[in-house]
Amino acid sequence: MKHIALLIAILISIPLAATTPSADTILQEMDKNMITNSSKATTRMVVHSRRASRSMEAISYSMGNEKAFTEYLAPPRERGTKMLKLGNDLWIYDPSSDRTIQISGNMLKQSVMGSDLSYEDMMEETSYTESYSAKILESVTYEGREAWILELEATSENVSYQRRKTWVDKERYVPLYEEWYAKSGKLLKTFTASEYQKISGRWQPMKILFKDELKEGKGTEYIIDSLELDIRIPEHIFSRASLRK
Amino acid sequence: MFSFIIKGIFRDRHRWLFPLSVIIVSVAILVFAFSFMDGFMMSFVRQTARFDTGHVKVVSRAYSEMLNQKPHDLALLDIKDLLEDWRAEYPQVTFVERINFGALIDVPDDEGKTLMQADAIVFAIDLDPAGDDYHRMQIDRALAQGRAPRHSEEILISDIAFENLNLKLDDEITLLSSTVFGSMTMQNFRISGVVKFGIQTLDKGALIMDLDAARPMLDMAGGAGEILGFFTDNRFDTTRATSLARNFNQRYTDVDDEFSPVMLSMAKQGNTGYMLQVMDYGTLWMSMSFVIILGIVLWNSGLMNGIRRYGEFGLRLAIGESKRQVYFRLLSEALIIGFIGSLIGVSIGALISKNFVMDMSVYQKSSSILTENLLSTTMSMKVVWVGFFTGLLSSVLGASLAGIAVFNRQTSQLFKELET
Repeated sequence: MKHIALLIAILISIPLAATTPSADTILQEMDKNMITNSSKATTRMVVHSRRASRSMEAISYSMGNEKAFTEYLAPPRERGTKMLKLGNDLWIYDPSSDRTIQISGNMLKQSVMGSDLSYEDMMEETSYTESYSAKILESVTYEGREAWILELEATSENVSYQRRKTWVDKERYVPLYEEWYAKSGKLLKTFTASEYQKISGRWQPMKILFKDELKEGKGTEYIIDSLELDIRIPEHIFSRASLRK
Repeated sequence: MFSFIIKGIFRDRHRWLFPLSVIIVSVAILVFAFSFMDGFMMSFVRQTARFDTGHVKVVSRAYSEMLNQKPHDLALLDIKDLLEDWRAEYPQVTFVERINFGALIDVPDDEGKTLMQADAIVFAIDLDPAGDDYHRMQIDRALAQGRAPRHSEEILISDIAFENLNLKLDDEITLLSSTVFGSMTMQNFRISGVVKFGIQTLDKGALIMDLDAARPMLDMAGGAGEILGFFTDNRFDTTRATSLARNFNQRYTDVDDEFSPVMLSMAKQGNTGYMLQVMDYGTLWMSMSFVIILGIVLWNSGLMNGIRRYGEFGLRLAIGESKRQVYFRLLSEALIIGFIGSLIGVSIGALISKNFVMDMSVYQKSSSILTENLLSTTMSMKVVWVGFFTGLLSSVLGASLAGIAVFNRQTSQLFKELET
């Protein structure tokens, strides 16, 4: 009788194991979804700080992980502020002072426009496979979606967060929720993605809530109003000259 | 009787030379040490109040929780009317508005590209030369080059930052910081002057700009990070400041509103209160230690002298003086020696302290304590009395301990010692 029960258990577990991909495969599938060749997006960033909530609108262009350009459109105080990322360099143009300044050193740890994101977060290479090794912790249901919880360990010192925990949608291979930790194990930030849409064959979150766990406030909502993927973007946009235009 | 004791002391060199010398030297050292500590303390209170804490400070409740970080994003906004009320209600206090914030100085080259960058602390104050804060910050005295800002796009820079960034007067720099709502803000300024406060922590990297220039830059209409209050007699008193803060907070602080104002006495601000306590206890401990050490020294000296005078004691007891009378005579002598020694010691200590100035800049390079680089001593009646009574008390203590030996000797033994 014991042998029959063991046999049944083995037979049941074979198809389950066969349907669970490896952690590395999950990361590769996530990268396929999240990393685009090029993109153009109009976005809103709603910062819920201790004092008040305020909204900023921007248009952003990106080419892979290396190049990104953002121009703020509203409110009037922020209008015309531009940011350019080329590899590991980040420049900001301020129209009121007509100055372009490279953000480096300690400034990279500062908040972007008072949000829960730092310049360092903006500079982060988002390729999971290149930056992290992973292991599957468990299967859970998160916000009605079947998900794996993955523990990611950084494979190099160059990433901002040495450890992450990611809740990955089993069907779409996208992150639903992430916890970003310091090397010491302290929880620094959380990331909650929702309203996924399939655009150009890729699942993309249209709303993300970033929360800096070290400061008070209700976090920063990042809302994508329109998104185009894999489009042709003129090369001159990703040049320093475009900052002052 | 008094002149008899005096003659007795000073006709016998052994009775006065050693104890008097010890008291004079010790009291002089004590007076000098206390006057130096008082000078340090006064400088600390003066400079800390002037640049950082005021005698009292009004901030938002949220700001007070992170006071040391000076989070200007938690500043009080639109406080003009409130400030008018406070000025009317507390005429014994002069209120001045300040905004302190961290910024990045960016020095451009001829093409506008970043040439150099440095971190800075910006003090935004009322730079009206007729204003109260202009004089309190001693801007005219601190100006090493150039002049005070006359326009909102002009700024003052500390001399070390000025040199490190290879700047010249009238050069343009860009300041990067964040608004009260957290947005990035950049503004260009021209260097109108260079300041040197003689305070290492400020001279390393401080900028001074006008409040009216800072407010639009930081999107802080009618706001101030901190409102410093100074008693009109310019004297800090912990009890008075604490009582004022209590009264203010009962009237204006709303525990349900984290942006309601709260007043903090200087003694309740960060490490300042701790420093004030340490200094107070330091004086007490130092004084007590001196009394004990000097007492032990003079006790031993008294014992030595007492042994030498056993013969005399024996004779005096033999001719009818009681032990108590002998003992009190010893104490009287100690009192006189202590009085004279303390008087001379205080005078010498005061003379040494009078013109003493010490350059503290070497020690301040890694210190965040605000004191002037050139530290002078401060003589006060407190120092005089503490020095004087320490000398007097230790002399009496030493003699009273040594004199106990008189009671431990039998009259017959003392008389016997007289015979030998």
